[in-house]
Amino acid sequence: MHNIAYYPGCSGQGTSTEYDRSTRAICQALDIALTDVEDWSCCGSSPAHTVNHVLSAALSARNLAQVEAMGMTRVATPCPSCLSNLRTATHKMKDPDFQSKANALLDTPYRNTVDVQSVLQVLAEHVDPEYIKSKVVNPLTGIKIACYYGCIMNRPPALMQFDHHENPMAMDNLMAAIGAEVVPFPLKVECCGASFGIPRGDIVHKLSGKLLDAGRRLGADCFVTACPLCQMNLDLRQGQINDALHENFKIPIFYYTQLLGYALGLDRAELGFEKLCVDPRRALGKIKQPAQTR
Amino acid sequence: MPAQDVRELRIVGFLCNWCSYGGADTAGVGRFSQPTDLRIIRVPCSGRIDPLFIVRALLNGADGVLVSGCHPRDCHYAEGNFYARRRLELLKRFLPVTGFDARRFEYTWVSASEGQRWQHVVTEFTRRIHELGPAPNFNPASEMDWNALALHAAQGQTCPCHG
Amino acid sequence: MRIGVFICHCGSNIAGTVDCPSVAATALTYPDVVFSTDTMYACSEPGQDAIIQAVKEKNLDGVVVASCTPRMHEQTFRRAVERAGLNRYMFEMANIREHVSWIGKTKDLNTNKAAELVRMAVEKLRRNRPLFAKRFETVKRVLVIGGGVAGIQAALDCADGGQEVVLVEREQSIGGKMAKLDKTFPTVDCSSCVLGPKMVDIAQHPNITLYTCSEVESVGGYVGNFQVTIRKKATYVDWSKCTGCGLCVEKCPSRKHPDTFNEGLCTAPSINIPFPQAIPKKAAINAASCIMLTKGKCGVCAKVCPVKCIDFEQKDELVTVDVGAVVVATGYDLFDWHKYPQYGEGRYKDVITSMQYERLLSASGPTGGHIKRPSDGKEPKNVVFIQCVGSRDRSVNRPYCSGFCCMYTAKQAILTKDHVPDSQSFVFYMDIRSPGKMYDEFTRRAMEEYGAQYVRGRVSMIYPQDDKLIVRGADTLAGTQVEVPADLVVLAVGAESARGAVQLGEKLRVAPDQYGFFVESHPKLKPVETNTAGVFLAGACQGPKDIPASVGQGSAAASKVLGLLSKKELESDPAVSRVNPGRCVGCGKCVQTCPFGAIKMIEDRFGNPKAEVIDTVCQGCGICTVTCPQGAIQLEHFTDNQILAEVNALCPPKMFANFE
Repeated sequence: MHNIAYYPGCSGQGTSTEYDRSTRAICQALDIALTDVEDWSCCGSSPAHTVNHVLSAALSARNLAQVEAMGMTRVATPCPSCLSNLRTATHKMKDPDFQSKANALLDTPYRNTVDVQSVLQVLAEHVDPEYIKSKVVNPLTGIKIACYYGCIMNRPPALMQFDHHENPMAMDNLMAAIGAEVVPFPLKVECCGASFGIPRGDIVHKLSGKLLDAGRRLGADCFVTACPLCQMNLDLRQGQINDALHENFKIPIFYYTQLLGYALGLDRAELGFEKLCVDPRRALGKIKQPAQTR
Repeated sequence: MPAQDVRELRIVGFLCNWCSYGGADTAGVGRFSQPTDLRIIRVPCSGRIDPLFIVRALLNGADGVLVSGCHPRDCHYAEGNFYARRRLELLKRFLPVTGFDARRFEYTWVSASEGQRWQHVVTEFTRRIHELGPAPNFNPASEMDWNALALHAAQGQTCPCHG
Repeated sequence: MRIGVFICHCGSNIAGTVDCPSVAATALTYPDVVFSTDTMYACSEPGQDAIIQAVKEKNLDGVVVASCTPRMHEQTFRRAVERAGLNRYMFEMANIREHVSWIGKTKDLNTNKAAELVRMAVEKLRRNRPLFAKRFETVKRVLVIGGGVAGIQAALDCADGGQEVVLVEREQSIGGKMAKLDKTFPTVDCSSCVLGPKMVDIAQHPNITLYTCSEVESVGGYVGNFQVTIRKKATYVDWSKCTGCGLCVEKCPSRKHPDTFNEGLCTAPSINIPFPQAIPKKAAINAASCIMLTKGKCGVCAKVCPVKCIDFEQKDELVTVDVGAVVVATGYDLFDWHKYPQYGEGRYKDVITSMQYERLLSASGPTGGHIKRPSDGKEPKNVVFIQCVGSRDRSVNRPYCSGFCCMYTAKQAILTKDHVPDSQSFVFYMDIRSPGKMYDEFTRRAMEEYGAQYVRGRVSMIYPQDDKLIVRGADTLAGTQVEVPADLVVLAVGAESARGAVQLGEKLRVAPDQYGFFVESHPKLKPVETNTAGVFLAGACQGPKDIPASVGQGSAAASKVLGLLSKKELESDPAVSRVNPGRCVGCGKCVQTCPFGAIKMIEDRFGNPKAEVIDTVCQGCGICTVTCPQGAIQLEHFTDNQILAEVNALCPPKMFANFE
């Protein structure tokens, strides 16, 4: 039984509630006890760190100090952007000068004792794949999946220290373990366009379009991602991409937690498939139903 | 750490001719500036360095002694630095017994191509010796010195001679 | 004693930060110093003449020169004092350039330090005594290690110069990397046509003994008298009988292990002759894959061999030879590009190395000289070359330029167009480095006549799309990202030190640099000498080199060997250990510690055991001096008293009033 602090991140409260919900559901099913960080706040993402590194790190450090206050040393977050910020803050605060600057902004100083990991890393490194296999009720036999990690889950490698920074395999192995056929998707860590969705939609159309195209060429029925922003660009904007590129993509974009939850036979309501923009039913239909002997 | 503003201390270096002396030359050719405290004695091999040379230097009041040879396995004489390593490590452990601060003696390995490493070694060792300050006189000259020593001992601090 | 001190300005090199006249004045106060002066360039002809004149006029019997490092000019000044009529060991040097003026900026501190170093030298010199060299004969034979083009050239030049040569090659055939190349730049002439005749000369030269499939096991001795043990590895073929007919190669049923000569592009039979021009043209069995040697049954080769030369019982054999000099020509190896994740780490079959591409281009290669890509055998139309793979990149600890990749990439781009006229080559480069006769013109031809598109920038990733590889990189001149759909990607892998070079260096006492390339004695003035007398370097083992430079260095090393061995006798360094029989108790500890076996036990006339140094074998390390419990064995020129005098000069002994 793992007992880990859980930092949901703001996307989990808005655009990616299904990611948050499905994450909690699979962790529960796999005996990972998540305790929410008390009174958690913004991790210091995009706006803060473009303006002031100390402020951004202090925002992260506030949350990590909360984890320390809970008497815990490990926190997991589903969101790679939060992960990146929390780990960056941890790294920067190894410098005593920086640490004192950041702690000056906080009521409770952060002592830098917390290890930050993604939920994916927890699953990949601390849960035995055989254990996951043993829990599968609906193996994903018959569906072809492209695993897309996004640009910051594993990079910069010296900071993230997880998996391979050019060719990560954590999700691939996880999806293979639950019975899916994983296509050798070559653009695993390419950029989806990220926040450019708002000021420069054309960039997202081009970059995300390329990802979808590569997936289609390999015959992928769907994508799985681990990042709320990637998922949004590929899923929510798939219609825009189709319009802009004169394409006709209809590729559902799952969070890996959703398909994992599906395989584990969890309550569909917890997995939030209805939140997806591209209809997942055709893809899910590819999954061969287990023989109705039970 | 340039020694302009501090008094130079007396640091003696014993360097083997083939690697470390060459490394110090390489540092010079590269104009890698270093503190000026160190005086280098050239010997053919680190295996030629009698530990008693080092003790003599310390007895004579040297504030630090630095020995450098070829990296293990790179000795020009095949195995001289292996002998040196044993002798010098033994000396390092033995120095406190004789009343010397073992931090005033260091041995290291620098090859002829490692000019920058030599600069680093010299700078760091000189910094260390300056932090330790001038070597304590073995022979406190005045009553005041004895009193200072006694006070140190009474406060539970180690005797500077026996650090 | 009458000592003269000369403080060199070295132009402004020393005088810039050291007050030389003041150092000279201080030196005059030191014991036994009767003359002291400063001089502009002590090493120049007038500088040396001034020293000689002073020795004669002032009746000096010892000289101290304070100037550059003794590693630079000690020999120069020793010869000068010898010309003045003194013994060459009545001379000491103080290094006030590399160790003072070039590393410290404060003039008064430097001046003080220089004066102290001079004092040290004076105190040492006061305890010097004249030493006289002994003479010994040399063995008129040379060992060349490595049968690449540099080693071949060195061996041939030495052999033509009348010396016996022993050439040792690790692989089955000599020829090295050059034998694998298709054509050579900048003339685009056929590599094996140039090299082949030289290889044949090696085989036929009466003065050359060739050992292939062999490695140097151990090296003992010293300049003029090395003892070398060579391990001849078992080939399971009696080469005295093998005619190289190739029947066994044809019939061998085990043909699955990767063909190393063809860079793993195809497989080879377990008994093989690596290539048609191989020297010696003899078959050898790969023990790891041979069915007979691994499973104990087969023996097809033994059955078909018309001269019955297969011998499955063959064992490694050790051969010992005495040589007077050694030429190291062990070459280089290719950088392992799998360290770069962005090139796919081997996931994509159509990403190959430049050496593999050479084999594809070569008429004797696995595709008969037709360019076929490894994945599906199709002829590629778009070929992308990526330069600096493992060169000029600190992130993989290869910050140096390999030197020849720009040129061979241009050559390969030209050959690609020759082989596939409707092809298009793209070259991603950082800078084009083509200094050399007709070199830059050659790269220009690749661009202008052969239409190779040069893109200045690094490649960030290669990914497959359908049956193509998309190469994405930066075009730093256009300031854009580019993507090139490629049929074949050729990585211009850089050079790194040869496998096993460091271990060989340990045997030869030749130090490798931090990348494993052997360090020459002086980067400019002694490029083929090493710090171990009698051992010389040729070719890429000293640093990456192209063929002309390797050949040039091979010849240079040979001329050094011929110069050395042309002397009837050599002089040994008299700075060796000497036993004082009066103090020696005959414990024999020195005999045990001496790495060179230069000390033997004898009996004095009363039958007492005593140590004795063999002068010509002693290398002057001084390990014995420290070992001796009696101080009976002393290294001349570095005696305990001399070193202690230096220590005392730096740290004057204190008088301890209350110790009395």
